[in-house]
Amino acid sequence: MFQTIMARLGRLVATLFAVSVLTFLMTSLLPGDVIDIMLPPDAPRDEATIAEIREELGLDKKIYVRYFDWVTDAAQGELGKSYITDQPVATTIKQRIPVTGQLALTAIVIALFLAIPIGILGAYRQSRLSDQVSSVGVQVALSVPNFIAGIFLVWLFAVKAGWFPATGFTRLDINWSLSNFRVRDAWPNFKGIILPATALALTQMAIFSRLLRTDMIATLQQDFVTSARAKGLSDRYILFRHALRPSSLSLITIAGINLGALLGGTVVIETMFAIGGLGFRLINAIYARDILVIQGITVFIATVYVVLNTAVDLLYLVIDPRIRKG
Amino acid sequence: MVDTSPSQATTAEASIESKPDPRVGPIGLFKEMPIPVKLAAVWLAFIVIGAFYAKLDDLLGQSLPLQDPNYQPRFGEGVDRTEGPSAAHWLGTDVIRRDTFARIMHGGWVSLIVATTAASFGVVFGGLIGTFVGYVRGMFETSIMSGIDVILAFPPLILLLALVSVWQVRDVFVISLVIGFLSIPAYTRVARANTMAVSNREFVLAAEAIGTKKSTILFREIIPNVLPTLLAYAMVQAAFVIVVEGTLSFLGLSVQLPTATWGNMINEARGEIKQTILPVLWPSLALTFTVLSVNQLGDWLQKRGAYRTSAL
Repeated sequence: MFQTIMARLGRLVATLFAVSVLTFLMTSLLPGDVIDIMLPPDAPRDEATIAEIREELGLDKKIYVRYFDWVTDAAQGELGKSYITDQPVATTIKQRIPVTGQLALTAIVIALFLAIPIGILGAYRQSRLSDQVSSVGVQVALSVPNFIAGIFLVWLFAVKAGWFPATGFTRLDINWSLSNFRVRDAWPNFKGIILPATALALTQMAIFSRLLRTDMIATLQQDFVTSARAKGLSDRYILFRHALRPSSLSLITIAGINLGALLGGTVVIETMFAIGGLGFRLINAIYARDILVIQGITVFIATVYVVLNTAVDLLYLVIDPRIRKG
Repeated sequence: MVDTSPSQATTAEASIESKPDPRVGPIGLFKEMPIPVKLAAVWLAFIVIGAFYAKLDDLLGQSLPLQDPNYQPRFGEGVDRTEGPSAAHWLGTDVIRRDTFARIMHGGWVSLIVATTAASFGVVFGGLIGTFVGYVRGMFETSIMSGIDVILAFPPLILLLALVSVWQVRDVFVISLVIGFLSIPAYTRVARANTMAVSNREFVLAAEAIGTKKSTILFREIIPNVLPTLLAYAMVQAAFVIVVEGTLSFLGLSVQLPTATWGNMINEARGEIKQTILPVLWPSLALTFTVLSVNQLGDWLQKRGAYRTSAL
């Protein structure tokens, strides 16, 4: 057990090292002069400015020295600042992560909410008409890219029905102090998040329900299900009370991993719905060639993703004793 | 293939007889397909032929009977807004009155090129690396595979966005190469896993026993047996690549405008959805059907291939 955990943590460190090298190289191996790219087109290009930036970036030093400096800074949350807005990248991330986090979490919750009944139904009525219909639906849901789902949701529920806003997002205004805890703007926030989250949830729903169906079919063949049936329990009770829990182990794992993946996967949907999260900021930085922002957000998202994957792996180890020896 | 013993050869042949025959041509293959897969194959054939036709039309200076995808009537010539389907414009026009049908055919060319280039890149390089490390094993394998694990640990879209934003070139081949390069790790894993399974089969052991050179075994025994699985996997991966390219186009980070791609058509038309959904609908359907078809066909080929390997 201890050895497995140490090996997993060792791999985490190696992966984080590689992530940092890759993101660092991204800006260092840029074709052409970095300064040309970093300076906005209308900025002054006199010797003094260029020398200042060169100094600031430490471009006169050796590449490994620069990497080491960058990593030490990054580990302390010091990711440089935007050349356009002058805001430190760390502040940008801190401001925007709650938005992206809420979006990703809502998407996963919606997906689970839809996938659990579909998956159970598919296993219960295996190969029957309702199972076939739902598996065709799952196939289609897997093939619709989320930006297409987004547009059609907007067309249906914002343009035609007018129930939700087509773009724009209201942040939840939460006061975290214990004495004065309150949440404001919950309703506009809910209305603004439901369409983008559903667009993201469709693919996840398809993945989750497929997984649950497979696991559930295996569970339903086990003896304890037969004995529950022999006791005369209703099918619904057996499905939801007896069979769901042992079947949901891999579902929970995948939901965790995909939550991490979604932090980097909301880019298109955020752009489309003008939701000011991390992804939206990343795309704007890419359009504006704001290199340090691109670098900072990339390394942040990749780190969260990698750490979360390791955490899920370790959690799995705790839940299921059979893998411990692995 | 080296037969180990006569008795095994006969059992293998017997089991092939009951399973699908691997040596059928394209027409026999088509006949074997269940109806949904047939529909998928027909749709893909339509997109591929349409894409080549559109490209040919481009090369011949728009002389074939297909509307010019970039032709827009001058200002004042008629109304300056989206047109519905008509005899001249089968699927109507977009906001600046370019023919939607022609643009979809041309968009198919971009998807086709990106998908095939990325897939060939993955199959060739991922396949070679994967079969090599899977057969030779040792220290080399450990180091290569840990490198591969690291790349797979990156969230794919973010890595792609970062790479695309760094290299400012917006060319079909550059985009395909970047996507292809990023898909090598996945192919390497598949190839390695299959190689390790094949390496323990009797015919490989027999070839080793009679002293065949390792490189000959790799190219004559292992690769021919790993390739079908890898190609079926390439279909599934191609569906993913088409979506990724669509996403990049939608964000305006793929091929340069005014080249039509399904993604940028959707993006350009989405400002008008208050008036009409049609210009968004057609490219969306084209993209979704294509992805669905490639997935269906890939799944089916994979299942068929699984029978084949089990009969080996």
